[in-house]
Order: sequence, then C-alpha cells, then structure tokens
Amino acid sequence: MNKIISKEYFSERVIKFVVEAPLIAKSRKAGHFVMVRVGKKGERFPLTIAAADVERGTITLVVQRMGVSSSKLCALEVGDSITDLVGPLGQATHIENFGTVVCACGGVGTAPMMPIVTALKKAGNRVITVLAARNKDLVILEEQMRENSDEVIVMTDDGSYGSKGLVTNGVEMVINREKVDLCITIGPAIMMKFVSQLTKKYDVPTVASLNTIMVDGTGMCGACRVTVGGKTKFVCVDGPEFDAHQVDFDEMLMRLGGYREMEREAMERSIDKTGV
Amino acid sequence: MTQRNEPWRVELRSQIKAKERSNMERVHMPELDAVYRSSVRDEEVNLGLTPELAMREAQRCLDCVNPTCMEGCPVSIRIPDFIKNIEVGNFLEAARVLKMTSALPAVCGRVCPQERQCEAVCIHTKMKKDSVAIGHLERFAADYERESGQISVPETNAPNGLKVAVVGSGPAGLSFAGDMVKMGYEVHVFEALHEIGGVLKYGIPEFRLPNAVVDVEIDNLRAMGVKFFNNVIIGKTITIRELEEDGFKGIFVASGAGLPRFMNIKGENLVGIMSSNEYLTRVNLMDAANPESDTPVYKGKKVAVIGGGNTAMDSIRTALRLGAEKAMIVYRRTEQEMPARVEEVKHAKEEGIEFLTLHNPIEYIGDEFGRVTHMVLQIMTLGEPDESGRRSPIPVEGKTRTVEVDEVIVSVGVSPNPLISQSTPELETTKWGTLVVNKETMQSSSMPIIFAGGDIVRGGATVILAMGDGRRAAAAMDSWIKEQI
Ligand SMILES: Cc1cc2nc3c(=O)[nH]c(=O)nc-3n(C[C@H](O)[C@H](O)[C@H](O)COP(=O)(O)OP(=O)(O)OC[C@H]3O[C@@H](n4cnc5c(N)ncnc54)[C@H](O)[C@@H]3O)c2cc1C
Ligand code: FES
Repeated sequence: MNKIISKEYFSERVIKFVVEAPLIAKSRKAGHFVMVRVGKKGERFPLTIAAADVERGTITLVVQRMGVSSSKLCALEVGDSITDLVGPLGQATHIENFGTVVCACGGVGTAPMMPIVTALKKAGNRVITVLAARNKDLVILEEQMRENSDEVIVMTDDGSYGSKGLVTNGVEMVINREKVDLCITIGPAIMMKFVSQLTKKYDVPTVASLNTIMVDGTGMCGACRVTVGGKTKFVCVDGPEFDAHQVDFDEMLMRLGGYREMEREAMERSIDKTGV
Repeated sequence: MTQRNEPWRVELRSQIKAKERSNMERVHMPELDAVYRSSVRDEEVNLGLTPELAMREAQRCLDCVNPTCMEGCPVSIRIPDFIKNIEVGNFLEAARVLKMTSALPAVCGRVCPQERQCEAVCIHTKMKKDSVAIGHLERFAADYERESGQISVPETNAPNGLKVAVVGSGPAGLSFAGDMVKMGYEVHVFEALHEIGGVLKYGIPEFRLPNAVVDVEIDNLRAMGVKFFNNVIIGKTITIRELEEDGFKGIFVASGAGLPRFMNIKGENLVGIMSSNEYLTRVNLMDAANPESDTPVYKGKKVAVIGGGNTAMDSIRTALRLGAEKAMIVYRRTEQEMPARVEEVKHAKEEGIEFLTLHNPIEYIGDEFGRVTHMVLQIMTLGEPDESGRRSPIPVEGKTRTVEVDEVIVSVGVSPNPLISQSTPELETTKWGTLVVNKETMQSSSMPIIFAGGDIVRGGATVILAMGDGRRAAAAMDSWIKEQI
C-alpha cells in the first residue's frame, strides 16, 4: 500500500511522485488533498493531489522540499511506501468555463496550482498563469505550466528571469490589459494577501487556496481554523479554497507564525541527525 | 460459577455477617505520589489493587438478592457474580463473567463514571456508607487476566459468509466488531486515523488509560478474525453506497463526536488558543511531547483549560505534566455540576490544579505577535433551576477578572462528526447532527442497512454507553440480516 511507483525531479527541490493509492485515485477531484505521514515519528501534513490515474490506481504528488516532513518524503525512493496516506480531503475546486482566469502562484503554491490550471484549461478557459519566485533558480514547473496555460508570465524579485517584480505586478499588468473574470491565487499567505488586496481594488473575483497548519485534516482539531467573512472556518473541511476578499489574512499570518520557532528547532534537530 | 444459589455462594455469604461486611472500610486505590506524577507524562496514576486488597474489598459486597448495582450499569454487568469470584480468589473466572457483557472491562474499570452508575446505587449508599469499589474490582479482574498471559480468545462460530462493515474504531465500533465476529460474520473496520482505538487512543491520556491496555483488546479482536483498515475515511475514500455495492450486508456507523466546539468569543483564534482535541491529539496520537517526534506542541507556563468534563481534566493534567507552572480549570458552574468523573477532579486537585469555578471567559487579549497573554473572565452565579432541574449559570453584572495566560485549551464539548451525513444525504439526522436510530435496535430510521451507536448517536457520551450500543446493534443487525436472506 502507498507504494512509490515513480520519482521524477522537476528541479533539485521539486519532486514528482506517483504513488499507488487506488481508492483515492477513484474518488478524488481537482483541489482535493491528502494527509501524509512518513515514519512512525513523522508529522501529518497536507499535500494537494496533482493528478490521478484511475486505471493504474495511482495518484501524483508534487512535493517541494521545505521543512522536516517534506524532506523525509523526498528522501523516499521508488519501491518505498509512504507510512500513512489518507484522503481525498477538502472540498473540490469549483471548475467551469469562467472566461479568462489568472492563476497567480509562487513558492509552495506552485505545485498545488498545477491541477487547477490543467482543469481550468480543459473546461475551456483562457488561462494566464503568473509564476513568481525570488530568482531564476527558484522558478519551478514552468514547462508544465506552459503546457496547460495560454500564457505564462514569470516574475522574479531580482529580475534574473522573466520580468522583474512581484506576483502582483504581473497580475496587475494582465488586469490593465484585458478583462479578467476570475483570479485564483496559491502561495505564501503574505503573497495571497497582496494579490487579494489588488484584485479587490479592481473588483476581480478571487479565490485563495489556504495552506494553514493542519494536524488531522479531517475536521477534528481546529488547528486549521481561519476567519472568513467574520466566521470561523476549518480549512481542511470547509476549504481549502475560499473567497479571498473575505479571508482575514492578517489573522492567518499570525497563526502561521505560531509554531515557527518549534519548526526551526525540529529542522535543526533533523539536520543534526540525518544531514538533510 | 455464576449463580447466586450455587452452594459455594450460599456458603460464602454465611461466612461473614452482612453487618460486618458493611462496616468494613472501603479500599483505597494505591496511586503514584501527586508531586512525582505531575511531572511524568506516561505513568499511570492509579496502580491497581493487589490480590489481597481486591479479595478484601470483594468481602464488602453483600451479594444482594436484588443487586441494584446492576440496574445502575448501562450494560448490566453481572456485578455480584464477578465480585464473589474475586472474593474466593477465582480471578480468571471473574474476568470471564465480566467479558460476558462488556467487551472492554480493563478500559471501563478505568474510565467509567462509576460514582454515577453502579456505585451510586450500591446497597451501602442507602445506609450512608461508602459503596463497594466496583470499578476498582472490575479493573483488577481484567488486569489480572491480561497480566496472567492466559487471556482466552473467545470462541467464534464458523464463518457464515456474510460481510459487515464498521465505520470508526472507538469503543462502539470495537464492541460491535467483537460480537459480530463471534457470530461468524466477516467484519471489516474502517478507521479514518492512522491508529485504531478512537478516543481511547487519541483522547484519553496515557496516565489514565495506557495504550497497551487498549492494544491488547484490539489484538484480541484481530486474533478472532476482525480485519482493521486504517487511513480509510468512509464518505471520502469510500462511500456508504460503494460499501453496499461491495457486498457488505450491514454497516455500523460509530464515527464518534469528533468535531470540536469553540465559544466564538473575541480573540479565540489568537496563537496559543486551541481545542482540547488539537492539544490531546498532538500529545497522545502524535506523541508531540517526545523530542523524537516531528509534531510540535506548546508547552505553556500559565495554562487555562475552559470546561469541566473529563476532556478538560485530561487536558489540564497533561499541561501540568508538560511543565505548566500555573494550571487552571475555568468552569462556569460549580464543582457539583462538573461532568468529569469525581476521581479525575480529586486527582487534579491533588496535583495542584487551580479551580476557577463560576468563571466564564468572554474575551482573550494578545500581544503584538498575536500570542494570547490574558483572558477576561466573567464572574457567574447559579440561577433558579430550569425545567430539567439544573441551575443554569448567569453572569454577575459588571464583575469581571483578567488573568494572565500563555496557553488556553478550549474544552467546551464536541459535535457529531459530519463526514458520513454530508456524503450520505438520505441519512436522517437531528438538528444537532446526530444520526436518528431506533433506540432498541440502533437501526437508522431512513436507511435500513445502516445501524449506528456511540457518540454519533448520543453526542458526547461515555465509553460504556458506546459499548452498549455496539452490542445492541450487533444483536439487532444479526436478526435483520437473517430476515433479509
Ligand atoms: C479526552 C476525553 C476523555 C474522555 N474520558 C472519558 C471517561 O473517563 N469515561 C467515559 O466513559 N468517557 C470518556 N470520554 C468519552 C468517550 O471517550 C466517548 O464517549 C467514546 O469514546 C465514544 O465512542 P465511539 O465509539 O462512539 O466514538 P470514538 O471513540 O470517538 O471513535 C470514533 C472513531 O471513528 C473514526 N471516524 C470518524 N469518522 C469516520 C469516517 N467517516 N470513516 C472512518 N472512521 C471515522 C474516528 O477517527 C474515531 O477513531 C472521553 C472523551 C474524551 C475526548
Ligand atoms: S486540521 Fe484538524 S480540523 Fe482541520
């Protein structure tokens, strides 16, 4: 169960896994995620299901190596099994032909954006993907995004590749140029906050896919709670996608900071032990 | 060895006069020193009775003609029958009697609110004397059997070729599975989490119910042929419809009440404020207090837990063990109304937990990083009794108090898990989200293939009620399936 069938490097830090999970493959839709745990002392963490093959009974996960848990997963090889894999979780993305959709993503948000871009394109949308990174080396999945987008705009902070500027500059350029029916944003909370502020100014409906801290991923703990439109919501069951203009990003940023100190300690401990 | 009129029982009763039995002092459970135990996380507080203590306590039982204690037990455990076997040193037989009606005696002996059930109606209490320590004796017999290495795997009927599914592996699911497998069914238990055991594993801490005790019961069920599948969420990974299509003849839903409730007051989403489910899941399921574990957990110095139930007691005592210097229970009524087991309240007090009763949080205050620093508490008083006879708490106008905290654990109740009802709209639910079933048979009012029990039907209840539901559902589902074929 949960056996890794293939492992492919998109870049040094971004890895695509195809994993045996026939039941999840059958029931998943775009936007769903799984909870993953590697090793008996491992943490449970969410990963978006990038694609699924019902016939082969596999799902595809695209993992960006960041902290302890994603590093542990990335260290697994073909033939290894993921200790625990459960899903599909969350609400599926609402996909239809909206018209022109801008998909604004960066950092950790790039991999989970892939299946959404693919599904939007398939539904007949004009898809413009804005891909942001700090510098050229950190631009990931550009090839894959180009395959499914009408246009890909790359933005780097230092101008080492694409255009110089932030993701918001790219989105604003498109909005000024043509009519945008919907914006979808996935990335660091601070990035989504600024995208949301921008699109609100232009009155462009915007969906943000939130990546809060999760423990169980099934609605049991409330670790993932955010305030949307003044109400507390659980990202793992009510989300992960919400109307960005209703999300209290400041609160979300504050809550994400909660365990940062401990995460750093865990990372250092794991570096001491394994050298990853 | 289980009938009251058997010669040995008659003889035993005559050995000591009833009056003498009544005058004996109730046994004290040996326990870890309060100072020592409040800094160790994994050691069980209650140490268990020795055989000598147990046999002596068993003498206190009068072996009544009409044992009222049994009426107080939700599953009618044959209390005098097992206690009298203890009195004569026949411990394995005592355990066997327990297992006739209870699937998890070692668990119930530890966590049942005996003081409100069997022990509340023990004959001694009518004479203003301490009741027989039925819970301690139950635990003793079950532990004795487990530690003797002579656990009998109950006999099972020959396989009948019929498959049934269980959703959730808490006490309701486990007791149902045990009964069905004995009747010859092929039983598949599906559990959403990576561990089997439900609240017994992720909720109740090691110092009160060691995982090893639960694991023995689960291994026993495995040995009897029950198949467990972890990481499967019914309603998400597999739907109820798909189970039907896969040939399951009956489905027992025991998915519990796992949804945490919050109070929706100002500042409740500040960093450092969490549900008791989150806190206990991190510590118990994810082993977060172990430095080897990747899952982090806050180790607050000034911790408040909001609520007065068992979950609240478990949370605050865990916080103490993780290094809290000030550990407080905040409860809006008085100690008398606390739903927690009396023993948990006693243990918490011995360990130095402060009780702020008649206090209710109305707001939390944080620093510039969004971390909680203070809670504002409304002082309460008890009003006139309502129709149910309960005195409800009412705020004392204008009286509040602000207390420094760096961690708050909200333990004000749970709601039924909505995963099944959301994915199975045909299933009838109440406005609280519990499933509607026939109280005798536990069969769903709207989908006959579904039976349900435990917290998903009752809201947050108890282990013993969940177990009793599992048993009744097993008996009723067996008859129903046989009628169908
Ligand atoms: C901290 C704490 C302390 C407690 N202390 C006591 C005590 O001292 N005495 C007492 O009598 N009671 C106590 N209780 C209450 C008692 O634990 C519950 O009443 C009892 O566990 C309910 O049993 P259950 O089988 O209905 O559900 P649970 O034990 O909640 O088990 C339900 C299981 O179903 C799983 N599940 C849910 N949905 C799905 C799905 N869709 N697919 C697959 N699996 C699913 C869940 O993950 C869970 O493992 C306590 C509860 C808590 C939280
Ligand atoms: S992660 Fe626990 S409720 Fe969402």
